[in-house]
Amino acid sequence: MRKTGEKIILDGKGVERVLTRLTHEILEKNRGASDIVLVGVALGGVPLSEAIRRNIKMIEGVDVPAGFVDITLYRDDLGKSGYQTRLKRTEVPFSIDDKRVVLVDDVLYTGRTIRAAMDALMDLGRPKNIQLAVLIDRGHRELPIRADYVGRNVPTSRTEEVKVRVEGAPEDWKVVLNEGAPEKGE
Amino acid sequence: MDWRRKHVLGLSDFRPEEIEFVVDTARSMEEVLTRDIKKVPALRGKTVVNLFFEPSTRTRTSFEIAGKRLSADVVNFSSSVSSQSKGETLLDTARNIEAMRPSILVIRHNASGAVQFLSRHLSCSIINAGDGSNEHPTQALLDLYTILKSKGKVAGLKIAIVGDILHSRVARSNLHCLGKLGATLWLCGPATLLPREMARTGATLTNDIREAVRDADVVIMLRIQLERQKSAYFPSIREYSLKYGLNKDIFALAKEDAVIMHPGPINRGVEISNDLADCSRSLILDQVNSGVAVRMALLYLLAGGAQ
Amino acid sequence: MMLIQGGRIIDPASGRDEVGHLVLKDGMVEGVLQGDPPAGFDGRIVDAGGKWVVPGLVDMHVHLRDPGYEWKEDIRTGTAAAAAGGFASVACMANTQPVNDSPEVTKYILEKARREGSADVFPVAAVSRGLEGKEMTDFAEVAEAGAVAFSDDGKYIANPLLMRRAMEYARPFGFPILVHSEDRDLTAGGAANEGWTAIRMGIPGAPGAAEEVAIARDILIARQTGGRLHLQHISTKMGVELLRMAKKAGLSVTGETAPHYFTLTDAALEGYDTNAKMNPPLRGEEDRMAILEGLRDGTIDAIASDHAPHDAFVKECEFAAAANGIIGLQTSLTLTLGLAEGGKIAPSRIVELLSAAPARILSLRGKGTLARGADADVAVIDPAAEWEFRAQDVRSKSKNSPFLGWKLRGRAVLTVCRGFVRHSTIEGVEADA
Repeated sequence: MRKTGEKIILDGKGVERVLTRLTHEILEKNRGASDIVLVGVALGGVPLSEAIRRNIKMIEGVDVPAGFVDITLYRDDLGKSGYQTRLKRTEVPFSIDDKRVVLVDDVLYTGRTIRAAMDALMDLGRPKNIQLAVLIDRGHRELPIRADYVGRNVPTSRTEEVKVRVEGAPEDWKVVLNEGAPEKGE
Repeated sequence: MDWRRKHVLGLSDFRPEEIEFVVDTARSMEEVLTRDIKKVPALRGKTVVNLFFEPSTRTRTSFEIAGKRLSADVVNFSSSVSSQSKGETLLDTARNIEAMRPSILVIRHNASGAVQFLSRHLSCSIINAGDGSNEHPTQALLDLYTILKSKGKVAGLKIAIVGDILHSRVARSNLHCLGKLGATLWLCGPATLLPREMARTGATLTNDIREAVRDADVVIMLRIQLERQKSAYFPSIREYSLKYGLNKDIFALAKEDAVIMHPGPINRGVEISNDLADCSRSLILDQVNSGVAVRMALLYLLAGGAQ
Repeated sequence: MMLIQGGRIIDPASGRDEVGHLVLKDGMVEGVLQGDPPAGFDGRIVDAGGKWVVPGLVDMHVHLRDPGYEWKEDIRTGTAAAAAGGFASVACMANTQPVNDSPEVTKYILEKARREGSADVFPVAAVSRGLEGKEMTDFAEVAEAGAVAFSDDGKYIANPLLMRRAMEYARPFGFPILVHSEDRDLTAGGAANEGWTAIRMGIPGAPGAAEEVAIARDILIARQTGGRLHLQHISTKMGVELLRMAKKAGLSVTGETAPHYFTLTDAALEGYDTNAKMNPPLRGEEDRMAILEGLRDGTIDAIASDHAPHDAFVKECEFAAAANGIIGLQTSLTLTLGLAEGGKIAPSRIVELLSAAPARILSLRGKGTLARGADADVAVIDPAAEWEFRAQDVRSKSKNSPFLGWKLRGRAVLTVCRGFVRHSTIEGVEADA
């Protein structure tokens, strides 16, 4: 993988600003925080969902339930790689029946991950609706899926790679674009 | 690490990190089992064939449920009543099944090495559901999973395995599995069913159940096959039960928080007393529950289709 | 007429071990010449410089599967394998279908061998009718038809009284009873040596004691009756020790072992390799060392392959269900030559184990020696030849050998039987039709 041509799209401050805006949009569209539950897509969506949960607490003073789903068992390319990766966890320790579920992920690309995540959610209950919040939308959809809340639209080519680094303290978070990375599924 | 194994034939060649990988995957599977909808689409379109040449209810059912929870098509094929009695060879039977293009074959056979033998001649993934006296890897993994759930660790625990060690594939797989993870293992049984060479596994051998159980964290009782008595391995079921059965008095020698396990089906009043089998320290039903999660984990991992 | 010149002639029966020229004439050994090769020799000349020239080898324990199991082997292919391995004579066991317990079967074998064989065949007839361990075969009649010894090989004669009667009845005829020593009550269905390997792999074990108890019983019966006893395929340390004691006591007891018992141990079972399954089973390292010592100190008289061809069908299966036995005629010599390396066993002793000794035990006149007047049976051995035993080299109909793929050292480059070349890898020396 070539590391040359790595371009920073968002730095820590930028991610924070975008997440603040997304939180406001979520609250605005849903007229508050009631019945909202957050579900991050493991692993990348989990810290983002947590950040949105903190933002809602600051803005509305409300603790909304937050969990996460592992979509591995719902993938449509299982067994194609010749090996199996470690499963992540699904932890949704609350009912999603009749809730407004905000699904949070880092990058929206082909849409296949979100399709899997929606199937996973449906197995957990019957939500009132599912909304999608993503930090980056890089295009190249393969399924009729669009996000309700988009942090940043980043036009890319398929050979590029968008990396959302959300480990450690939020001020160190960043989004980078690698040119010429080998083509890879979402 | 990623999982690249094509078969699970036995635990003798498993690395500790592979064992840990299975346990970790089983934890995710157990979460699925807590849901209202206990099913995920992971193995949609895949076929799992349970090819059993030996009677079995619980292991076969456990694999069947595990496969169905993962949305695989599960087919049961019991051969003891089918073609083997018509003189078809094991290989022919297995090749016939394979021609129906299963993704995974779960095989049980009464000959040691039968599953290893088939793995050399078939192209699909194979899980050993017990071969003769050799290995029963899924049982050992579910035993491990059960112990970890109860004790949080294995390393340093005193684990006693009591009964017919000579013929037990459960004992052999557990020796590999628990041994690799650092348990202190004790083997106990009548001398005719506890070969001295077993000391080479690193386990401590004793013919005195009190010694085996004293200060143990886990006591695994093995099923005694009642027909062994006919081959004169021991004088009578009565004497066996008196000398090698687990009862309250003997279990009192174990650690205060010790647990009892048994791969089942149990002979009540023979290897384990009636009250102990149902007591709160018995994990026998937890083992059954763990079995589905562990087998789901293995089916999922092998469906990765390592070439 | 044939001249085999310049080789190291090793003939333990006559105490000869020197470079010379061997002359064969009219199907017999004419003699050995020293000095320069004879000029203007009128006949075939084979240059054996740097090679060993030894009596055509004798394998006193093979299964030719003919009559009855010709898909596994027959007399033509079995003797072809023998010739390819340096053997000019083989003694074939009686567990055919029908069992060789009659003059008819014995004659059938001899007749077919005469017509189609690449080596001389000496039938061993059954001790008990149908190998059933109940009543004695008509010893004298079958012996007159050409049987050279009696054996229920593959089966132990469980009834000690039958064993006693057989040894006693056979005594005046002078032929030995060859015994497969195995107390089946003790074997109890065991499929591998009872030891760490079998226990680890969960294979039912056959204890060494099952063989040793049987050996001890038959030695005591030999002592009681004064009959001739020959112990087949000895595989255990105590088996060798019991034979040593019997010899010390002056009893008429001899014994053989097979190359796999001094080459392999039960470690070869790894992966449930059915080509490492035989009866008696491969034993432990201590047993293997004791076999080697028995060969070195003369306790064990002979090496025999126990050549046991089986089709893939009965070997390609689960271990417990697999048939016992391996082919051995083409590997017996090379594995035995391995014993000479490092000077463990002298070349003349190796030749004796594979020719003079078995010929003596079976009283095969004119076999196992290069003395003048003996049958013109010769093996020329290249002790340094490096080769690999490949499936396509197997002359048997069956390929059940654990030695396939092995890199081996030493082999027969020429086999002559009664003056006819039956096997040759020497350039310019063609096998006779």
